[in-house]
Amino acid sequence: MSVEKKVSMDGKTLTIAIKGRFDFSSHQDFRNVYEGVYPKPEMVVVDLKETTYMDSSALGMLLLLRDHAGGDKAYIRVVNSSSDVRKILAISNFDKLFDIE
Amino acid sequence: MSVQAPVLEALTILIAEDSAADLLLLSTIVRRQGHQVLTATNGAEAVEVFTRERPHLVLMDALMPVMDGFEAARRIKQLAGEALVPLIFLTSLRESEALAQCLDAGGDDFLAKPYNPVILAAKINAMDRLRRLQATVLQQRDLIAKHHEYLLHEQRVAKAVFDKVAHSGCINAAPNIRYLQSPYALFNGDLLLAAYTPSGDMHVLLGDFTGHGLPAAVGAMPLAEVFYGMTAKGYGLAQTLREMNAKLKRILPADMFCCATLLCLSTQRRAVEVWNGGMPEGYVHEVATGKRTPLMSRHLPLGVLSAEQFDDRTEVWPVALGDRVFLLSDGVLDTADANEQLFGAERLLQVFAANREPDRLFEDIEQALAAFRGQVRDDISMVEITLQAGQSLRATGPLYADSGQSCPLDWSVSFEFRADTLKRYDPLPYLLQLLLEIHGLREQSGALYSVMAELYSNALEHGVLGLDSRLKRDAEGFAQYYRLRNERLTHLDTGFVRVHVQVVPTDTGGTLSLRVEDSGQGFDVERVLARPPDIDRLSGRGLSLVRQLSSAVGWSDGGRSVCVEFCWKALA
Repeated sequence: MSVEKKVSMDGKTLTIAIKGRFDFSSHQDFRNVYEGVYPKPEMVVVDLKETTYMDSSALGMLLLLRDHAGGDKAYIRVVNSSSDVRKILAISNFDKLFDIE
Repeated sequence: MSVQAPVLEALTILIAEDSAADLLLLSTIVRRQGHQVLTATNGAEAVEVFTRERPHLVLMDALMPVMDGFEAARRIKQLAGEALVPLIFLTSLRESEALAQCLDAGGDDFLAKPYNPVILAAKINAMDRLRRLQATVLQQRDLIAKHHEYLLHEQRVAKAVFDKVAHSGCINAAPNIRYLQSPYALFNGDLLLAAYTPSGDMHVLLGDFTGHGLPAAVGAMPLAEVFYGMTAKGYGLAQTLREMNAKLKRILPADMFCCATLLCLSTQRRAVEVWNGGMPEGYVHEVATGKRTPLMSRHLPLGVLSAEQFDDRTEVWPVALGDRVFLLSDGVLDTADANEQLFGAERLLQVFAANREPDRLFEDIEQALAAFRGQVRDDISMVEITLQAGQSLRATGPLYADSGQSCPLDWSVSFEFRADTLKRYDPLPYLLQLLLEIHGLREQSGALYSVMAELYSNALEHGVLGLDSRLKRDAEGFAQYYRLRNERLTHLDTGFVRVHVQVVPTDTGGTLSLRVEDSGQGFDVERVLARPPDIDRLSGRGLSLVRQLSSAVGWSDGGRSVCVEFCWKALA
């Protein structure tokens, strides 16, 4: 598992890519990635292209990220999710909080 | 670099050497290096001194009278146990076999004669480092073992408490509930609760908290408290859900939430009302046709949204006697095989299709999981509730110990609930609490609540909202009925339901008159009352139930006003 970040040239978009399993073991790495970014980005993109697995604590981490990014005012896109991961997001109805592509 | 390595800390060192000259020489060197010296002149004496004084380190001549160094080394190592007491052999032996023998006997190193003070000091220091390392490892191991023991104890206590919380409802007593929960499912965040409402409906909650272990189980307490408390008081699913969500949102950290399915199974209404937020889809199994209707997750889990954003909309499905509602946790579907393939809903449906004996469904599922994976996960929860006839009505609320002398006996009160209130407020629990102030009525609280609930929903649904009960004739109409109900309620801006309560004392006890009026069109009382009871129950106004449970029923104002009476005898 690894968490990588990329900030766009204009500093407005933070992209977080999770490789491998997205579960409780990535908790600290995931937090470190967005908590250390100043000024706060206007948009956060979570790239799940190389995420093989996701459990409910990963959903919790997404909620923490959303909280950090401004709660209801946050705009967070979750992109490149596999069909298995998409199923997990769908059952929890996370599309009501995140822009899932 | 200094010639002699600095001494970290003065050690007590045992020197066993049969040559008096060598012993004196070594003792002098070691003392000069700042250590305390104990001496022995043969192996037996060395073992004796070691037993008595427990030195930190031993320098041992290999060849000695009475007991040689090899045997003494073995005994000393045994006496030392887990602690590392470094043992350095002093030897004039040169053959590799003899040197190897020193290490085999438990020696940690050897020092060849003649002695070189610099090498000796360095070896003592190196051995002392190892000794300290071993001591630290042992200390930390014991500390971890103690913490672990403590943690296990805490978990056992917590589990005992949670088991009581989770099983204080009717989950074990109800004849129509079967469930299967892995022993430690709760510690993986699974929660199963069931309880009767005052009118004999059954509320069931299957929940799954995020994460694992104790943190996942802490939310169970407040959730169970809300569930049992509000169900017993007659609150519906919507209010109970709102309260649960608000409570969890308030107390849980942002990354914790609870996926849950909450349902109300009503024998009287032949219906199951469901709210699913984040749980895998459950199923309503129509026994007559074999059809399985999925109960989809339509909402975010509990504890995620604020009270303002929370969506308490439920779905209602018709059920017949003998039909079954099946719920499961994601532990079932997420059971993975050796290649990390998940069991999934497809395979579950195949098990359903192959199931011949409905009572063996759990066993069939377990077998399929075991065959798929070789080993069943420890966080699996399944529950199946069957709709059975004649759920008895029960007395509700705490049984008061007061004498009844102070209970009010001659009073009346009237309420008018207008459109805005009807939209979002259920007055029934409040009215029930009020009426239970009358001690003589407590015995009949179940019947009272059932009748009140029927009359109120008739007034609201058929009266104010103008819904036609005949819609509910088939499954499709059933769904449409509840869709329309939601729609019309959302857009309601006029109308009312009035409730008048009058309590008067009689010679033998007292009488309660309950009158419910609505702003609707009324209905043809004669014609509806003439219907056979079965049709009435399925698609009508539950009037046969009302007539059966109360002392007297009468309609007036073209069906827009109904009055029922309950009588009681004074308590002895």
